[in-house]
Amino acid sequence: MSGLAATPRSTVPGGCGELAVLRERGRREVFCGLAGIIWLHRKIQDAFFLVVGSRTCAHLMQSAAGVMIFAEPRFGTAIIEERDLAGLADVNAELDRVVTRLLERRSDIRLLFLVGSCPSEVIKLDLSRAAERLDQLQAGRGVRVLSYSGSGLETTFTQGEDACLAALVPELPAEAPDAPPSLLVVGALADVVEDQFSRLFADLGIDSVRFLPARHADEMPPVGPSTRVLMAQPFVSDTVRALEQRGAKRLTAPFPFGAEGTTAWLAAAAEAFNVDPERFRTVTALGQERAKRAMSRYRDQLEGKRIFFFPDSQLEVPLARMLSRELGMRLTEVGTPYLHRQNLAAELALLPADVVLSEGQHVENQLDRCRAQKPDLVVCGLGLANPLEAEGLTTKWSIELVFSPIHGYEQAGDLAEVFARPLMRRARLEV
Amino acid sequence: MQLTVWTYEGPPHIGAMRVATAMEGLHYVLHAPQGDTYADLLFTMIERRSKRPPVSYSTFQARDLGADTAELFQETAREAYERFKPQALLVGSSCTAELIQDDPGGLARALNLPIPVVQLDLPSYQRKEIWGAAETFYQLVRALCAPHAPKPGEPRPAGAAGAKPRCNLLGPTALGFRHRDDVVEITRLLGELGIEVAVTAPLGATPADVARLGEADFNVVLYPETAGQAAGWLKRTFGQPFTTVVPIGYGATRDFINEVAQLAGVDPSPVLSGVRSRLPWYSRSVDSTYLTGKRVFIFADGTHAVAAARIAAEEFGFTVVGLGTYAREFAREVREAAKRYDVEPLITDDYLEVEAKVAEAHPDLVLGTQMERHIAKRLGIPCAVISAPVHVQDFPARYAPQMGFEGANVIFDTWVHPLMMGLEEHLLTMFRKDSEFHDAPSHLGGALPSAAGAETDASLPGSEAVSLNAESAPSSPTSTTLPASLTWVPEAEKELRKIPFFVRGKARRNTERFALERGVSIITVDTLYDAKAHFGR
Repeated sequence: MSGLAATPRSTVPGGCGELAVLRERGRREVFCGLAGIIWLHRKIQDAFFLVVGSRTCAHLMQSAAGVMIFAEPRFGTAIIEERDLAGLADVNAELDRVVTRLLERRSDIRLLFLVGSCPSEVIKLDLSRAAERLDQLQAGRGVRVLSYSGSGLETTFTQGEDACLAALVPELPAEAPDAPPSLLVVGALADVVEDQFSRLFADLGIDSVRFLPARHADEMPPVGPSTRVLMAQPFVSDTVRALEQRGAKRLTAPFPFGAEGTTAWLAAAAEAFNVDPERFRTVTALGQERAKRAMSRYRDQLEGKRIFFFPDSQLEVPLARMLSRELGMRLTEVGTPYLHRQNLAAELALLPADVVLSEGQHVENQLDRCRAQKPDLVVCGLGLANPLEAEGLTTKWSIELVFSPIHGYEQAGDLAEVFARPLMRRARLEV
Repeated sequence: MQLTVWTYEGPPHIGAMRVATAMEGLHYVLHAPQGDTYADLLFTMIERRSKRPPVSYSTFQARDLGADTAELFQETAREAYERFKPQALLVGSSCTAELIQDDPGGLARALNLPIPVVQLDLPSYQRKEIWGAAETFYQLVRALCAPHAPKPGEPRPAGAAGAKPRCNLLGPTALGFRHRDDVVEITRLLGELGIEVAVTAPLGATPADVARLGEADFNVVLYPETAGQAAGWLKRTFGQPFTTVVPIGYGATRDFINEVAQLAGVDPSPVLSGVRSRLPWYSRSVDSTYLTGKRVFIFADGTHAVAAARIAAEEFGFTVVGLGTYAREFAREVREAAKRYDVEPLITDDYLEVEAKVAEAHPDLVLGTQMERHIAKRLGIPCAVISAPVHVQDFPARYAPQMGFEGANVIFDTWVHPLMMGLEEHLLTMFRKDSEFHDAPSHLGGALPSAAGAETDASLPGSEAVSLNAESAPSSPTSTTLPASLTWVPEAEKELRKIPFFVRGKARRNTERFALERGVSIITVDTLYDAKAHFGR
């Protein structure tokens, strides 16, 4: 066997015990970073995402994203055509024309992202320079133009959000050097979740809390040495690194999934802001209790069940931690497209020592392992879910974990239900 | 560079995947970066297939560029052969791989696999999905059938005496609009005529089956979009004639029967005399009187658009007010048809242009694709889907062909139901004040614009399920921009709301147009009825 067939395997020492990591390189079955546009365009309400790419990119956006959104979305594709490939100067002129037409049509747009794709990267179209040029051209209209890459050559699925947020960081206003400490929560959350967290932080006495991305282009948070960064999503590592370069300090915490994860996440902030432990207990007690009560409803269905994760969103490790510790599920393989040891340090420490982590993917080999394991529940992408169901496995397609509010105390029960539902369904069907 | 929000067709390699996925025993090795694997979910989620498409992607990444992408492709091809043991291999590039100019055909041939390897050159920056499907099927047919071709000038061997005439069914693919059921219906129809189907391809065929295509007496081209080119080559190479009528609609099915009967040398009259479709009777029934002259806008792939226009005009008594296609390859056919119905043909792949034309035409019914379903919903017009691209709900569990006599029945139901819903909505709206109908449930889902609420003519809330994610439809305001010079007096506004919602937008636009044209700035109840008298209906 050679090359793809022989996957290099290595065991890397874990943070707590020896966590075996199976590093895989081969055929993947994941979305590219362009897919992040689907939730980002809803989150930043006056932004437009213009993919500079091929017909494939446009097709991906509407197929993968749900053709059903029948209002005109705030994203589109500038499709590169044969004549654009003839000369690069021409492409830039074309891009200017397309952007001008777009902004004339959509006067509500305040922030325009030029989003790089595989083809634009291969033809070395410099979108950052194009963005600078267009930014100057469009300054009169009050439109900022930025760029990032969502290409499948560079990014998988949720990494597109990281690239987008990282592109915002240099644009963020500077926080005054003598400003009191402020908290910056990084990673797009549903508005309702943001509001829940805001109330909790306020109850803890942490007043200055901001979110990246903000809901509007002109509300993006300031950053500086007094900024404390709390990651809400495990995949925003480039963004956090860029924030650190602007002086911000990163707080290490598990991610806010389940009662335990949410409490630990809030605790990291509370500690950084010197919140009195008694106050912390008082403020979080009700939420913890509600989350545990909501989750307990699903514990019977999930306890002891074996779960297998295909890599999709980088949410796999925190979710596996939550499922194993709070719902009693048994982890077989936990796949992640990319394992960021520093960001996940607190999570990895909480995983059972015998878990198999896999990073990257060779989808055929992973399918073989999955079939051999015969797990009770498989978490996978949309391309694999129905074929696995047809083979008799029970699946939870991972996309819901990215599109639904799953963070925090009030969503803990919903999150458990996401995993319990396929099992309940299978138990219920008699045909 | 073309700015697009929605697109009717994917890139050409998606067309190739539709052919590969339709077949058995074939594997497609696609040189592509990881993101291109999204295409799998078209088949597993939208078409709800239970198997993964038989496609292996080479999944190259940035770090592979300029180093070993070619080697990566070869490894993928070798591994795919070893794992799946296909009878034949398709190899090609997606848009990104096309730019890095590896040569999948040469690379695969260098592996010396013991099976036929068919190289696909699908120029992504010029061509689209339908062309890609046609080209893939053509290349496959050529590669697999050529070894069995008779020498030039050699006549077709005569069939055995007394043997049934045999034909192939060409064109059905994966992700096609009702292809699965059309094949069943047409196979049965041909059976009634005493004609045997030798091979159906690509849907359900193996490469070995495709290699036998030349043995049949003639070809039935079900979908000229995908099979036209291959049928032409088979005619030149094997002397097989092929059908030109697509049996969609009652009249077209009868024409088709006559055409195949002639090609097969059988008598069509027993089949033609048996009454098999309810469409002619349903169209004549008194209930259908309200269909008379309903103005219908048609936009689809070439074949379905042309067929729908004929059905609409001849079999429903509709008036065709718009006819178009996104498939430029079929522009000629659609232009010719448009001439017959005296409408301006609309050949475009820009859905915004289609939307503008639909709004301008004020049709009673839109027959189109998934895109037109969006457009019609925005404009509050009933709609039926007649062509790809489609949505998961257009792959129904029940038997629902479009072709043949049963297809005509299905089409009758599919087109009439949205209009009936319109009629019922009308009644619900009329009786809304009646206590019995208070808060009457609506067929259209979502909330009807309430009489008291601010109503805009393009904001019917849609409740259609968002397909692949849990988001709800965004509530972007789509209020019409009232010319600054126009004002509706409250009484006129109130009167307007009494008009059924599905013609209300049209009434509003007509009234405003009427007012503007006459320099009237205050719209009163009289203006409303003056305009109604002027425009009719």
